[in-house]
Amino acid sequence: MALKIVKGSIDRIFDKNLQDLVRGIRNHKEDEAKYISTCIDEIKQELKQDNIAVKANAVCKLTYLQMLGYDVSWAAFNIVEVMSSSKFTYKRIGYLAASQCFHESTDVIMLTTNQIRKDLSSPNQYDTGVALTGLSCFVTPDLARDLANDIMTLMSHTKPYIRKKAVLIMYKVFLKYPESLRPAFPRLKEKLEDPDPGVQSAAVNVICELARRNPKNYLSLAPLFFKLMTSSTNNWVLIKIIKLFGALTPLEPRLGKKLIEPLTNLIHSTSAMSLLYECVNTVIAVLISLSSGMPNHSASIQLCVQKLRILIEDSDQNLKYLGLLAMSKILKTHPKSVQSHKDLILQCLDDKDESIRLRALDLLYGMVSKKNLMEIVKKLMLHVDKAEGTTYRDELLTKIIDICSQSNYQYITNFEWYISILVELTRLEGTRHGHLIASQMLDVAIRVKAIRAFAVAQMATLLDNAHLLTGNTQRNGICEVLYAAAWICGEFSEHLENPMQTLEAMLRPKVATLPGHIQAVYVQNAAKLFATVLKGEEGNTDGTAAQEASQLMIDRLPLFVQSANLEVQERASCILQLVKYIQKLQQKDVEVAEEVNALFAGELNPVAPKAQKKVPVPEGLDLDAWINEPPSESESEDEQPKAIFAKEEPKHSRPRHTEVDEKELARRREARKQEQANNPFYIKASPSSQKVYQEAPGVEHIPVVQIDLNVPLKVPGLPMSDQYVKMEEERRQKERAEKKKKEKKKRKEKRSGRGKKHDSAPESEEDITPAHMVDIVTEEMPENALPSDDDERDPTDPHKALDIDLDKPLADSEKLPVRSHRAAEAQKSPTDGETENATLQEPKKKSSKEKREKKKDKERDRKKSKEEKKKKKHKHEDKEEDLLGGQADEPVLQSEETSQVADPPTSSSTTAEVSDLDFWLSNAPVPSNTQEAATVAAAAPEPSVTAPDSEPDEPKDTEMEETKSSKHKKKKQKKEKEEKEKKKKKKHHHHHHHSDGAGEESVQNGTVEEEEPLPPMSNYCLLAENSYIKMMMEDADEVYDIQGNLQDGSQVVVSVIFENKCNSFLKSMEFNVLDSLNSKLQRPEGSGPHDGLVVPFQLPPGVSNEARFVFTVQSIVMPQKLKGTLTFIVKNEDDSTHEKLDFKLHFTCTSYLITTPCYSDAFAKLLESGDLKSSSIRLEGVNMPFHHLLARICFHHHFSVVERIDSCASMYSRSIQGHHVCLLVKTSAQTVSIDAKCDEPTLLGNVLDEIKQTFSQC
Amino acid sequence: MIKAILIFNNHGKPRLSKFYEHYNEDTEQQIIRETFHLVSKRDENVCNFLEGGLLIGGLDYKLIYRHYATLYFVFCVDSSESELGILDLIQVFVETLDKCFENVCELDLIFHVDKVHHILAEMVMGGMVLETNMNEIITQVDAQNKMEKSEAGIAGAPARAVSAVKNMNLPEMPKNINIGDISIKVPNLPSFK
Repeated sequence: MALKIVKGSIDRIFDKNLQDLVRGIRNHKEDEAKYISTCIDEIKQELKQDNIAVKANAVCKLTYLQMLGYDVSWAAFNIVEVMSSSKFTYKRIGYLAASQCFHESTDVIMLTTNQIRKDLSSPNQYDTGVALTGLSCFVTPDLARDLANDIMTLMSHTKPYIRKKAVLIMYKVFLKYPESLRPAFPRLKEKLEDPDPGVQSAAVNVICELARRNPKNYLSLAPLFFKLMTSSTNNWVLIKIIKLFGALTPLEPRLGKKLIEPLTNLIHSTSAMSLLYECVNTVIAVLISLSSGMPNHSASIQLCVQKLRILIEDSDQNLKYLGLLAMSKILKTHPKSVQSHKDLILQCLDDKDESIRLRALDLLYGMVSKKNLMEIVKKLMLHVDKAEGTTYRDELLTKIIDICSQSNYQYITNFEWYISILVELTRLEGTRHGHLIASQMLDVAIRVKAIRAFAVAQMATLLDNAHLLTGNTQRNGICEVLYAAAWICGEFSEHLENPMQTLEAMLRPKVATLPGHIQAVYVQNAAKLFATVLKGEEGNTDGTAAQEASQLMIDRLPLFVQSANLEVQERASCILQLVKYIQKLQQKDVEVAEEVNALFAGELNPVAPKAQKKVPVPEGLDLDAWINEPPSESESEDEQPKAIFAKEEPKHSRPRHTEVDEKELARRREARKQEQANNPFYIKASPSSQKVYQEAPGVEHIPVVQIDLNVPLKVPGLPMSDQYVKMEEERRQKERAEKKKKEKKKRKEKRSGRGKKHDSAPESEEDITPAHMVDIVTEEMPENALPSDDDERDPTDPHKALDIDLDKPLADSEKLPVRSHRAAEAQKSPTDGETENATLQEPKKKSSKEKREKKKDKERDRKKSKEEKKKKKHKHEDKEEDLLGGQADEPVLQSEETSQVADPPTSSSTTAEVSDLDFWLSNAPVPSNTQEAATVAAAAPEPSVTAPDSEPDEPKDTEMEETKSSKHKKKKQKKEKEEKEKKKKKKHHHHHHHSDGAGEESVQNGTVEEEEPLPPMSNYCLLAENSYIKMMMEDADEVYDIQGNLQDGSQVVVSVIFENKCNSFLKSMEFNVLDSLNSKLQRPEGSGPHDGLVVPFQLPPGVSNEARFVFTVQSIVMPQKLKGTLTFIVKNEDDSTHEKLDFKLHFTCTSYLITTPCYSDAFAKLLESGDLKSSSIRLEGVNMPFHHLLARICFHHHFSVVERIDSCASMYSRSIQGHHVCLLVKTSAQTVSIDAKCDEPTLLGNVLDEIKQTFSQC
Repeated sequence: MIKAILIFNNHGKPRLSKFYEHYNEDTEQQIIRETFHLVSKRDENVCNFLEGGLLIGGLDYKLIYRHYATLYFVFCVDSSESELGILDLIQVFVETLDKCFENVCELDLIFHVDKVHHILAEMVMGGMVLETNMNEIITQVDAQNKMEKSEAGIAGAPARAVSAVKNMNLPEMPKNINIGDISIKVPNLPSFK
């Protein structure tokens, strides 16, 4: 046997490992594929062996081959085998291979669930880590659902290494299994404040990623992020947060106002360019979100633009690029501030770096105005000529068109110029954007009526010179332009100078080489032209021209009738027959022109692209229903014309339409007129501009140059756009001069004596009148079009599913699926073993119990989330909210039979959340420290009694509440309140955690029908106080076992708040306690048993702070009292004195109890077990509602309600040393009787005494 | 989010490919080729950002790359990542490789692509940045390597010896294809904490 192993391992030595494989591939450069295929055969052999090491080696090699492009999915099962090896080395290889080649449709993935779960809970952190890393690459919805709960548990792992991976992977889980987002979110949020920066950064990362897609759901986190932003020093985290704020500000402008200051500070202070850049970006986002209401925000823009200019001028191309990128964002809202840097941007157009040139182009888009459009386009045209490489040239072309056509041709003052630009662009060789130019030509010609004559003339010239455009190549995209040209000439043929010539041009034999859809348009429009020619010759008596035209058609059309393209053929043969008939009529001297023209009568209106979509579906029409039986699958789609224009063909079959819908048309026209009246872009005609247009040299003045075929790129006879630049300049000057004249006249007449500056003022946008009477016809929409928001998101976007309201309280139905036996393990119930036995016998009962178990988990989570919220929240509000929120859970705890209860969607917490945010947003930034403390001191009257239990503190709190609510309306005091809360948050930071949790629990448990708000409660009590200092202690709040299996290592943590009440500085505070046999203060190693502990802070006047001290306790059955002293130095301006303050620490037995949830069945078993000693007390004259009573017991004595029926409730708690304490509380009239059971009678007695004391005080 | 991380040499030979979104093998190769085509025709001294190619990404995506001697390191990221931050991350990655392989050269990447993957896994997870602190990354990588060694134990010794022998008679093992000057830094960009 041993020999076999040795032999195996020696064999293995000579197996090819990854390095050998790589080396082999490098040595077989000639026949690489062949070599690899032999290697794959070897690998297949290796995978068949039992030895896991061999398999792992094979899988490792496969991973490499996968990178080279070989499909290795056939080995998926072997990969799973290697993944499940117990050795880390192999496991890692397996997971790596899986992460490289598994995906959602890999079927073996479902085999991995249990293996992954096992690895996730492995004691070795690297096993877990490797599993998480792998899972992040191939997580499927199933895996996400099954493992969500395990991963969530890992988010609280002790090792930050695991925590941060678990946090990150949650994002992937959310994507695949959106239901997990809400249950997991509270914990995720908690991780934002994780002590480990890596975990924190991961949490920020995930939340930012979530928020980027659905920002509105994360608005309530803004205060938390704001805090992080002002406290974090990690640039990576800062960048993420700042980016997040950039996404949030558009939703909440007030947030922006709050951000501006810290961001500006960062801009000034940071040396990291990456951070600076993101700050600038977010400031821009803020400025965009703010309406111009803010007075000083031009300063911020200036700062941004200035910083960006520095970036753009930097020699580092990266910074230049980013600078331009950010600049384009400013441009959208503050074009003026960018326009002043036009020089810089135009300079960037000449940069050798294409990325930078493209960015600069983007900027140009927003920088144009009526004034500079021509100039900028001229410059771009120069670049078009110079540009090397078609991609950049195409980019330029699209940009020119974008720039000109933006916002409904807003900046174009002279459409003749624009048409000539378009015509010039047709000279571009090899461009892909012929259709773009074509659609612009069509759009302008259709929508700008005044330009039609000019456009038609230009198009006619284009058609005449079509051979120059088509050149030699069919694939040349530019021939699309001919489509537009032919259509324009045909449709608006009444404007043609010489229709006959154009007709001839359209019927040249060469046309037959054009793509089919263009030929079809040619044929159709030839017919239109023909009609025009006939009409033109109507009056002529000889009619030879008309007959010539007919003859021409009859001669040339047969060519098209033979076309391979169905569309062309059909049209051509139709028209041919028609013309033949017309010719016959002509020969009989019948007047046909009118009839022929009727074929093409009526006007064509532009239709909005969305119009079809917006037609409301008539009632009772099911568009998805089959009219006939569904056709067979094998329909070929080869014949589909690719060009977009083919789709527009149906438009041409108009005559029928007009005849049928004459009324309808009139109605539409009316509607359109009204729409135009309301349209700001509808440029109203002004008589003066009309005149100017007539003055401008028309087409006829442009000399027709002899066609020079040697220079094919020049389209002769076309005006150059440059001319227009000049002309426009002149025109504007003239206009200005005229205006001046007029004004002077006016002034002379009126002598109103306006300032001279008026006529020297620079020409403003409005002064430039368009050169044409431009009628930019708006696009038509169907009647009663449905209004719809246009931000249609891609339905396949996985993030759509994550648009989930996170502030709503968790419903019962929302929970992460938990495997059953894990649930049982997780149970902290003392009767673990028993329940498991029970479950075997009663499966039904178990399942309901499981549900409850899950619910508990969830509840815990929710509690956490609430605690988070509460830090910022009015305490009173909390209670109310809990009352409402608590009801959701109540019935389940109540009854075992009703397993599920519908969740009441209480909006209260959401609204509370929102108002909370409002509060945070409305407050002034950074209150000063002293002021803050002063308000706290003022608001907190000193409690009168110094009692061990916290009861006396309560009135104080109530009073505080009252003061707060009475001042509610005044803003200033609101601020104060906010400060108080902040303060509270700071000092009670931790206690709230616990106390609120307990309070909440109790309330949840206690309320059924009553909705009376509970009086607020606090666990703080006054410890000692003198004129200098006040010490408040919380009754041994966080009690925990440091390690559960140490019998006597119980520890108690005491939080003490020190508050400076005098006007001097308190320093060198030392806290000391005389240890008893039972309880000892934990001191740092090396210090003696009587040394004091140095309080780790100093107190400026009016400030308070909290320190925590740990005590070791041996026995917990008796209450303890410890004497202690606080020594400190009071430092005044001139002198300093030593002072001391004595106090007594009181550890009640209650403080050793931990609120532990318990289930009624476990509770019943516990009571039945008979190990417990019982005792009872009666309380007389208790005058409070039963649920208040329960709440008090829960809150002050750390109990939880197990079950409540009417005026009777069972409660449970557990001590830190594992004693069970059970209570049965009954009330009748004003008498409360408490029967109690506990396995430690002394403890029980003392607890009962303490309960009695609590109620005797009220 | 990071969509893909690619390393290839001056001739477009892939040295590492990590896709955080699934593509089939052919598409992956196409993406690598396209990316190489885009990146390799750019001069030195132009900016390190490229608007995404046609196959990978779309409008929201960018290629952010760095060129070290014979190797291109390319990250395809969306707009939620900071461009300069990613540049810095690439720098951290290369420096980490340099530390882990002691003077890294292209051959290290060729023969130990698995190790490169493991190092990368400590920096980026599922397309999100996991760790940016080089020391932390190295600590974790070392700890895992140590585990691997201890698992191999004595049984691994002969295999290591053989591999050493195999490497000995390697004429094509020049150590001169160094990744080069990795201390090229983006100006004014202090590394992340």
